[in-house]
Amino acid sequence: MFKIVKREEMAGGTVILNEIEAPLIAGKAKPGQFVILKANETGERIPLTMADTDPQKGTITVIYMVVGKSTALFKTLKVGEGYKDVIGPLGKPTHVEKVGTVVCVGGGTGVAVLHPITRALKEAGNHVIAIIGARNKGLLILEEQMKAASTELHVCTDDGSYGHKGFVTEVLKKMLETKDVKLVVGIGPVPMMKFVSKMTKEFNVKTLVSLNPIMIDGTGMCGGCRVSIGGETKFACVDGPEFDGHQVDYDGLMQRLQAYCDEEKECYGTFCKLNP
Amino acid sequence: MAEEEVKKAKKEAIPRQKMPEQAPEVRRRNFKEVPTGYTPETAILEAQRCLQCKKPGCVEGCPVQVDIPGFINHIKEGDFTGAARLLWQKNSLPAVCGRVCPQEVQCEGVCIVGKKGQPVAIGNLERFAADYERINGKGELPPKAPPTGKKIAVVGSGPSGLTVAGDLIAKGHEVTVLEAFHKPGGVLVYGIPEFRLPKEIVFSEVAFMEKQGVKLECNSVVGRTVTLDELFAQGYDAVYVGVGAGLPTFMNIPGENLIGVLSANEYLTRANLMKAYLFPEYDTPIVKGKNVVVLGAGNVAMDSARTAMRLGADNVKIVYRRSRQEMPARAAEIHHAEEEGIEFFLLTAPTRFLGDEKGRITGMECLKMELGEPDQSGRRRPIPVKGSEFKMDCDLVIVAVGAGANPLLTQSTPELSLNKRGYIIADPETGKTTKKGVWAGGDIVTGSATVILAMGAGRKAADSIHNYLKWGW
Ligand SMILES: Cc1cc2nc3c(=O)[nH]c(=O)nc-3n(C[C@H](O)[C@H](O)[C@H](O)COP(=O)(O)OP(=O)(O)OC[C@H]3O[C@@H](n4cnc5c(N)ncnc54)[C@H](O)[C@@H]3O)c2cc1C
Ligand SMILES: Cc1cc2nc3c(=O)[nH]c(=O)nc-3n(C[C@H](O)[C@H](O)[C@H](O)COP(=O)(O)OP(=O)(O)OC[C@H]3O[C@@H](n4cnc5c(N)ncnc54)[C@H](O)[C@@H]3O)c2cc1C
Ligand code: SF4
Ligand code: FES
Repeated sequence: MFKIVKREEMAGGTVILNEIEAPLIAGKAKPGQFVILKANETGERIPLTMADTDPQKGTITVIYMVVGKSTALFKTLKVGEGYKDVIGPLGKPTHVEKVGTVVCVGGGTGVAVLHPITRALKEAGNHVIAIIGARNKGLLILEEQMKAASTELHVCTDDGSYGHKGFVTEVLKKMLETKDVKLVVGIGPVPMMKFVSKMTKEFNVKTLVSLNPIMIDGTGMCGGCRVSIGGETKFACVDGPEFDGHQVDYDGLMQRLQAYCDEEKECYGTFCKLNP
Repeated sequence: MAEEEVKKAKKEAIPRQKMPEQAPEVRRRNFKEVPTGYTPETAILEAQRCLQCKKPGCVEGCPVQVDIPGFINHIKEGDFTGAARLLWQKNSLPAVCGRVCPQEVQCEGVCIVGKKGQPVAIGNLERFAADYERINGKGELPPKAPPTGKKIAVVGSGPSGLTVAGDLIAKGHEVTVLEAFHKPGGVLVYGIPEFRLPKEIVFSEVAFMEKQGVKLECNSVVGRTVTLDELFAQGYDAVYVGVGAGLPTFMNIPGENLIGVLSANEYLTRANLMKAYLFPEYDTPIVKGKNVVVLGAGNVAMDSARTAMRLGADNVKIVYRRSRQEMPARAAEIHHAEEEGIEFFLLTAPTRFLGDEKGRITGMECLKMELGEPDQSGRRRPIPVKGSEFKMDCDLVIVAVGAGANPLLTQSTPELSLNKRGYIIADPETGKTTKKGVWAGGDIVTGSATVILAMGAGRKAADSIHNYLKWGW
């Protein structure tokens, strides 16, 4: 078992943080990589990006939004309990180098994925402007951590309950207009990444996004995670999860994410009835 | 008549004993094993059909030279444990091989009795002896040599890796098996379905090895969690790589990323490893197609088609670009599939997949083929027939047209030489690779082959590793 040593609820209990004992993975993981977790014998294999690692303590941290049966099941796990299986580190690490000014844009739980990348980019000597957003103040996560990880932080909420009122893309546009931005990293819901990429394309600025298709093995053996990049089929678990944002077929990805929506509803519905 | 001939005539009078099977109408909707096994009485009767040849063809036909007349003789005498012991000498997973080996092109294909009538049912007898011992035997551990203090890592827990582990633990070495998935067994667990090979059999074989001292570490993706060089740094003296041919092949035709087009690897992994056939009791979902098309005609295709039928399909079609003669699946699988109502569309190839506005598959465009001159594989090359386009409706397509070498481990180990197709180059006699202290075997060396060949390669490598640990590279 992979024991949970720390657990936090964020964004009003819709987002959960787990720090998990996994010394082998903690010793090897780099920013941008993910793990696959399985809670119990009957559970699904669920991919989550590592939001942090502590090689000394031998722990990894994941932060996830409760969206369906498996993440709801994860939410029930207490400190001292744990996951039956944790596999990783998987995927290619983020390519980190000094390029100058970088903008890191995060939406929703994408901020958790963005955090270690932001920190690594800053440590590599870049001027890192972070822009994070959520629907409202209550749903915003990791503000303090992102502030520490970046050179300057901008916060947006859709309803204006905190920070700039509006979408992250509005602040991003201002940055692209006023600064010599060399690289944009955008991580969040698929529509957000799509709009970020559309905008940076206009400014011709290189953009990295992190894709989250449905996965099973995470080692390149099933092809379930395939995404279309510049017209070519790639397996996100081994060729990604990060890709050139300007080459991604976002609409195809959004469709494929719906592959099992009926089954997911059925499964989550039953679980919610049994665990009110 | 000489006494010998009287005996022979009597034997020929005994017909080949059939194994009872679930009726096709029943089994096509459940996941229970299809044939239910011999009783001791039928096994003894079948064993009596063997002529105990002095120069047995069957043994030569067996890739690992099991003493077939020997184990059959034990069954004939009612000594089932003795039969199982003899099988183990050459084959560490007889309960598996009895079920999945292509006997018709191996031992049974060259059995003398088969020249005139039906060959001795060697596979069925092998299965019987192994099942009997697993269920009734005392689980006595095989003898183990005194500890050598040497440590071996086996990467991959398919039939090949398990064979190496079993052999080397018996020789007194410490063995750890590293497996990427959360469960051991390789294709035996994630690929071959329950109705053909109950998972309980594989897990009991693995448990038996653990009892003998083999350590099993699941969730270890070698190349990611740990590299080969790190294994040596951790104190391992030798490494065996048996990671299989785990890379799905797609057709590279338009529409392949539609929802409802799956690789056989994905479909079977969901169904078998993740037990999606028990959804929602198990959490992993699977597409339950009503009109299912399976592309390909090997064992993988038959397993996919029969799984789809069991998941409630109205009709399942095997679409294959060559003819019946070229179908690579075991004869028994084709026969079982046909009995279960799977339809065969031969000399047919898809050219594009069609979908609806939600990106779900609705059908495919196909072309009829005819056979031309033989190609490199010696099989006649399929050529499209002009103007033969037609449309086939479907809501699930499972692509089972072969597998390739997964580069995850090899990319992280540049010293391992690979062939053009990405498979590891290893000496066929010893399994030695181009990297010192590393052996490889099974599908990652040969490309997709068979369980018994993967095991045979494992046995040779285990002997070579043992010699290396004693005498050097
Ligand atoms: C590489 C990668 C990294 C990820 N990192 C994070 C993260 O750090 N934090 C976070 O909150 N989420 C992350 N996700 C998404 C997360 O895996 C899904 O939200 C989760 O699987 C939903 O499972 P569920 O059973 O709770 O919901 P379900 O009801 O099953 O599904 C809700 C939606 O999640 C998606 N989904 C379902 N099953 C899978 C699966 N096996 N793999 C991927 N997506 C699936 C589908 O689009 C589905 O419609 C990541 C996904 C990937 C591929
Ligand atoms: C659906 C299907 C049906 C088949 N039917 C038959 C049949 O009826 N008869 C027959 O003889 N053959 C059959 N075969 C072929 C047979 O199963 C294979 O030839 C055989 O399993 C190969 O054994 P292996 O040990 O080389 O590899 P595998 O069985 O593929 O095992 C390899 C193992 O290594 C693990 N692995 C991979 N990469 C890593 C890594 N980086 N780190 C750690 N572990 C890793 C995998 O998860 C897997 O568990 C079938 C194959 C399939 C897919
Ligand atoms: S060839 Fe047939 S008859 Fe002869 S020993 Fe083998 S199984 Fe028996
Ligand atoms: S998750 Fe199976 S290939 Fe990527």
